[in-house]
Amino acid sequence: MSAPAGAVAAPQRGTAWRRSALFVGLAVALVVLAVVAAGTGQLRVPPAEVLGSVLHRLGLDVGPLPAHQHGEQALWTIRFPRVVMAMLVGAALATGGAVLQGVFGNPLADPGIVGVSSGAAVGACLVIVTGWTFAGPWTVALLAFVGGLAATLLVYLTARGGGRTEVVTLVLTGVAVNAVGGAAVAFLTFLGDTQAREQIVFWQLGSLNGTRWVYVAVVAPLVLVGLVAAVLMSHRLDLLALGERPARHLGVDVERLRVGAVVVVAVLTAAAVAFCGVIGFVGLVVPHLVRMLVGPSHAVLVPASALGGAVLLVGADLVARTAVPYADLPIGMLTALVGGPFFFWLIRRTRRSAGGWA
Amino acid sequence: MSVLRAEGVRVAYGAHTVLDGVDLEVAAGEVVALVGPNGAGKSTLLSVLGGDPRPDAGRVLLDGVELQAQDLRRLARRRAVMLQETRLSFPFRVEEVVHMGRHPWRGTPQEDGDDAVVAAAMSDADVVHLAARTFPTLSGGEKARTSFARTLAQQAPVLLLDEPTAALDVRHQEALLARVRQAAREGAAVVVVLHDLTLAAAWADRVVVLADGRVRADGAPADVLTSDLLSAVYQHPVDVWHRPSGVPGAPAEIVVLPVRAPRDAAPPAPTQETP
Repeated sequence: MSAPAGAVAAPQRGTAWRRSALFVGLAVALVVLAVVAAGTGQLRVPPAEVLGSVLHRLGLDVGPLPAHQHGEQALWTIRFPRVVMAMLVGAALATGGAVLQGVFGNPLADPGIVGVSSGAAVGACLVIVTGWTFAGPWTVALLAFVGGLAATLLVYLTARGGGRTEVVTLVLTGVAVNAVGGAAVAFLTFLGDTQAREQIVFWQLGSLNGTRWVYVAVVAPLVLVGLVAAVLMSHRLDLLALGERPARHLGVDVERLRVGAVVVVAVLTAAAVAFCGVIGFVGLVVPHLVRMLVGPSHAVLVPASALGGAVLLVGADLVARTAVPYADLPIGMLTALVGGPFFFWLIRRTRRSAGGWA
Repeated sequence: MSVLRAEGVRVAYGAHTVLDGVDLEVAAGEVVALVGPNGAGKSTLLSVLGGDPRPDAGRVLLDGVELQAQDLRRLARRRAVMLQETRLSFPFRVEEVVHMGRHPWRGTPQEDGDDAVVAAAMSDADVVHLAARTFPTLSGGEKARTSFARTLAQQAPVLLLDEPTAALDVRHQEALLARVRQAAREGAAVVVVLHDLTLAAAWADRVVVLADGRVRADGAPADVLTSDLLSAVYQHPVDVWHRPSGVPGAPAEIVVLPVRAPRDAAPPAPTQETP
């Protein structure tokens, strides 16, 4: 009944290597993509000049400055806020997805599918239509958070049964929540004036167009808080995969963990949705790919999803800006175009492996 | 001095009373087998002992303190529970699942020994060769052994095991219960639900027979496992044999077998339970 102790260590080493490779690969991809994205547009700035501009701002006299007279200005008032926002929103959506999946014990949970995003959308549209500014630039984020939290709690309370969430219940609850959210947004669109309507329509398609540093300053702290909280609960999310009772037997206060996770998901979703609108499927696709590469352990999944989401959204936004000359495609349309078929494939796969719809 | 103690435990689901007035004491160094027919309340009693449902009446004390009043993390360092069935929402590797058993020790000095404890638990449960396999790809018996390894890794002095041997082959049944005995020798208090009465007789210090939510008998295997009592409780004629042990000097072994009619005959009528 015994084997050499080395037999245990061997697979560990292989996994550790894969994990390091994934993090390094994603980090490199993120930097390269960010530099390329910042330099791409109607006014081209070569990568070396982009790097040079950043380094000069950091106080290092290294590399060339943008040659074009408006280069520096274009980078710092338009491109960089947009790239940073793409990173933040991508990280928030992917991490939110990973946490939501952990809480529901279900790889099909996604803020968009479950209806969290549409709850947040209702809150944000309300601000657009009413023109409320009681919390300054934070007003949209605040109401998006309230809407997202309400939707998440609703789904959490209705879709669970006996400590588990069946796929059918989850997806159908999402349909119901999305329907109500859609109705509320439709009503708000009806109430709004022409300008508000146009704003809502484009906002719903999802876009990073017009991102300013003020918005980034609102989103960044929310995303950071959400990410730190998600990392802190990652070990307990692992145990939740065993089921509620075994998790409690291992010392996890399951109810507290669930409520905490729901709040984290609402914060992250609100941060993502507040200024950039509904960008779907990031929270579904990214954690799933990460799991396929390095396994389901949340201590790796959460930070890797954050990085992966950032990479995906910076890339997607680059495509959205450049695919059609002189047009800024809605990024939500792009992610849905790729994410929809992926979701379909995932459902088929889950159905096969679970031997049914359970 | 009992480590774990249930006093007048009553559990009801709606109008259906599952446990009624159950008293049980388990001392350190003791293996107690919980036996009884389907629906007798064995698993419910084990859950209550583990602190899951709060009993509708009565109480359960661990180290003299009521379970519900204890901090969950501290409790997890004192008692480990192995449930009948484990389902995992995500495809963790066996090694990761066993490591989860170390969670209660995170942030304590004992955390440094995690890898050694996990390696030993995996070796004891014979799952070392499965380390890199993902949990959903395992057979039922392999899953049970992985759960057992996770339970051992928790290093708790109170072990509550719900039918740990149900899915295991003969070799692994014996190995698992031998390991459980070793834990008891080292001071653990063990409660194990078993269906195989011969197995219970061979490995337990005490056998507790549950029927209809009440304790019908509680004592040494030789005193409790009698043909009369078992036939009445299981409502099926049961024979109990005392067979000389294969090891010289060891006490006789108890073998429990249901009485079987010739294969093509009608099944025997249920024996009347005499109160």
